[in-house]
Amino acid sequence: MTEPELRAWGESVGRSLSPGQVIWLEGDLGAGKTTLAQAILRGLGVADLVTSPTFGLVHSYRTRLGVAYHVDCYRLRTSLEARDLDWLTIAGPDVSALLIEWPDRAASFAPAPTLRIKLVHTASAEQRTMTAEGSVAVPAVPASH
Amino acid sequence: MPIDRILGIETSCDETSAAVIHLDGRRPVLDSLIILSQDVHRIFGGVVPELAGREHLRTIGPVVDRALAEAQIGLGAIEGIAVTAGPGLVGALLVGLMYGKTLAFQLGLPLIGVHHLEGHLFAPTLELPDLEPPFVALLVSGGHTLLLDVAAWGQYQLLGRTRDDAAGEAFDKVASLLGLGYPGGAALERLAKTGRPGRFRLPRPMLREVATGGPDRFAFSFSGLKTAVLRAVQSSADIERDRADLAREFQDAVVDVLTEKTTAAALELDRRTVVVCGGVACNQTLHDRLTERLAGIARLVVASPRLNTDNAAMIAAAGAWHLGQGDRSGLDLEAFDSGPLPGMLVSEAQN
Repeated sequence: MTEPELRAWGESVGRSLSPGQVIWLEGDLGAGKTTLAQAILRGLGVADLVTSPTFGLVHSYRTRLGVAYHVDCYRLRTSLEARDLDWLTIAGPDVSALLIEWPDRAASFAPAPTLRIKLVHTASAEQRTMTAEGSVAVPAVPASH
Repeated sequence: MPIDRILGIETSCDETSAAVIHLDGRRPVLDSLIILSQDVHRIFGGVVPELAGREHLRTIGPVVDRALAEAQIGLGAIEGIAVTAGPGLVGALLVGLMYGKTLAFQLGLPLIGVHHLEGHLFAPTLELPDLEPPFVALLVSGGHTLLLDVAAWGQYQLLGRTRDDAAGEAFDKVASLLGLGYPGGAALERLAKTGRPGRFRLPRPMLREVATGGPDRFAFSFSGLKTAVLRAVQSSADIERDRADLAREFQDAVVDVLTEKTTAAALELDRRTVVVCGGVACNQTLHDRLTERLAGIARLVVASPRLNTDNAAMIAAAGAWHLGQGDRSGLDLEAFDSGPLPGMLVSEAQN
């Protein structure tokens, strides 16, 4: 997928989501996780700029379905540090969507996904392959080139 | 009654910090500053405890006590409390906030919640007491990259900000891609010194907009630059040979963009002072390039590294200004994870 395809797909996912989804975004540095999170949140109606939460760990946004949280566990040194992230709030019952980058680094602290998206670099520049699976129905992933 | 001696507390993310300042007229003077990650031996002496990340609850008491001891005063001499209320990690912010509120309640002192980014803007006033707006400010850290026009204290016009990754985050992640570990921004700067300029060519994201004068002329984007480094690493036949040259080119690209946009802002707004603050302000190459580029245009003001990393002295300085304006926070002051600077104007173009 090219970056425009990734953004278009992410926005359509965001437009189709029902409340209470937990979305895992997996893939190496530069694979497009934050780009996809930006698109999903835009599809959820977020008007504010969506920036990388790597340093701040947790960013919150107002969406058409209520508050959404965008979490990045990349710089957690141990999964025990994931305790700091106040999961009772960010995975609470009123949350419209919880997007988690690098969820494996939070180990069991990260709630199980209803949608799990994996992005993998391809050999050609500016491309990646994507898989999306989960209990929530999402628009079809464009066929790879 | 003037509030002349202020205790500052900062726990917005990783750092636990406390500071004491006093006012000489309106000028803030630093009495003591304790930053846990840098001063852990001074706080705990011979037996340094094993500390995981963000252990504010265990460390806030000893850090505040040490700041008071080094200022050679007791709590009774404090006249106001300034504490970071956000933006940051709510669980981390709450520790400092509760500590500050409890002290304010117990001692009957005025309390002021401070926006972390406004703290960064005030940091240089602790070393350069005559620093007054108007100035253009480049705020560059691990979590933020903004260009602001500061017409007066409390009046901030957002000129541009990053669309994705902060500059400091790009440094740390590119260091990781180059095998320097995470966070490795400082290691990357050291390696770049040994690299040959121009052997690789990386993009200067959104730099062209400066020349065309478009609405994004002060906006930043560093995510694509990180990906460009990744591609260069992947296609390198000999990364041992290329590593330092890539570090050099990456740093040159970031410094080019930050320098040109900041200079263009000073020229466009006719500001004769430029303040650079936040953790990336510690980068010597950025400092040197800006000094060179701003010659004859504006005076460059950069605080020393200890005041540019996250610290409580800058929170006390910003809090002192607000307290002097008559601003007060109630004991119902809440932590917030995100939100603009108080008094910041954002035009549509920035969104």
